[in-house]
Amino acid sequence: MRYVTVFILSMIFWLLITFKFTVPNIAAGAIASAITAAIFGRYYFHNVYKFLQPRRWLWFVVYLVTFIWACIKANFDVAYRVLHPAMPIKPGIVKVKTTLRSEFARTLLANSITMTPGTITVDIIGDEMYIHWIYIRSEDPAVYTRMVTGRFEEYIKKFAE
Amino acid sequence: MNNMGAIILISVGVLFNIFGCIGLIRLPDMYNRLQAATKCVTLGCCSILLGVLVHFGIGSAGFRALMAIPILFFTATVAAHALARGAYHFGTKMDERSVKDDYREAVK
Amino acid sequence: MTSFLNILLYIQIALCAACLYRIIRGPTIPDRMVGIDIFGILVVGICGIITVQTGQAFILDIGIAWVILSFIGTLTLAKYLSGKKLNE
Repeated sequence: MRYVTVFILSMIFWLLITFKFTVPNIAAGAIASAITAAIFGRYYFHNVYKFLQPRRWLWFVVYLVTFIWACIKANFDVAYRVLHPAMPIKPGIVKVKTTLRSEFARTLLANSITMTPGTITVDIIGDEMYIHWIYIRSEDPAVYTRMVTGRFEEYIKKFAE
Repeated sequence: MNNMGAIILISVGVLFNIFGCIGLIRLPDMYNRLQAATKCVTLGCCSILLGVLVHFGIGSAGFRALMAIPILFFTATVAAHALARGAYHFGTKMDERSVKDDYREAVK
Repeated sequence: MTSFLNILLYIQIALCAACLYRIIRGPTIPDRMVGIDIFGILVVGICGIITVQTGQAFILDIGIAWVILSFIGTLTLAKYLSGKKLNE
């Protein structure tokens, strides 16, 4: 079942990249996707039935809109810090606990944190993420955990766990 | 009309790239440079690719640009994460204005 | 319109030169690696602008391949930084 999912996803990717619906093209894509699925299929997607639940897709759209808005805010934040003559930075590495379990969800959370204003993920050890923050606004762990992970953690928990 | 939207999106992307490169030159230490450059340059290039999509419309070139955007996001963020981790293990010092370092106990 | 796109292309190439400045001057080795990483992403923007100028879609393929190759290169450099063997 996992192999079939990887095959279908790589086939969709191939068709979107080439966008030519002739028989030789589709045959070449099918062969390449089959090789990809045979080699890499066992690494991905431990529960493929998640793809078939519409509720998860809805939460994914909500997450995507939030994420794009956070990206745009992050850019203006960086522009302000870079163009300000005195450069208002107060950098440091903070420790944040996460409640997500699966690898895929943790990767998504780390990527989201990297693109949100002023933060970049340095490492994940066990349950704790180490995050470099360009301007530390608070010293209290509970407050800065909420500031860093924001609403991403609950959204990701709803569609990827 | 189509061309105008594409030109505006590409100009916004180049503007973000300029901010990112100013950050790359001005900021004091490696981690801050990585932050500014990764965020601004990634979103700038995504904006340029969106401009390409608007210019060509739905079709071969447009879908290629659309597929390049998620690839760019994932590779840029994962590369930044790996670089930051590698630099910390290499022993790069943080700037003297840094106020907090929780990672030191975890590495030792 | 074409001349405006030309100006944007020249600005983008000047930004690549800024990355080269960081690669040459960077006080430590990780600084240079950040420059290399950002250079790889900026080239994709150049590919996009050239695609709009010439109207030939295959240049975007070059951009996608460049992103993936630059990603692999950066990962290798990061592994080298943290002092591990490449097959770990």
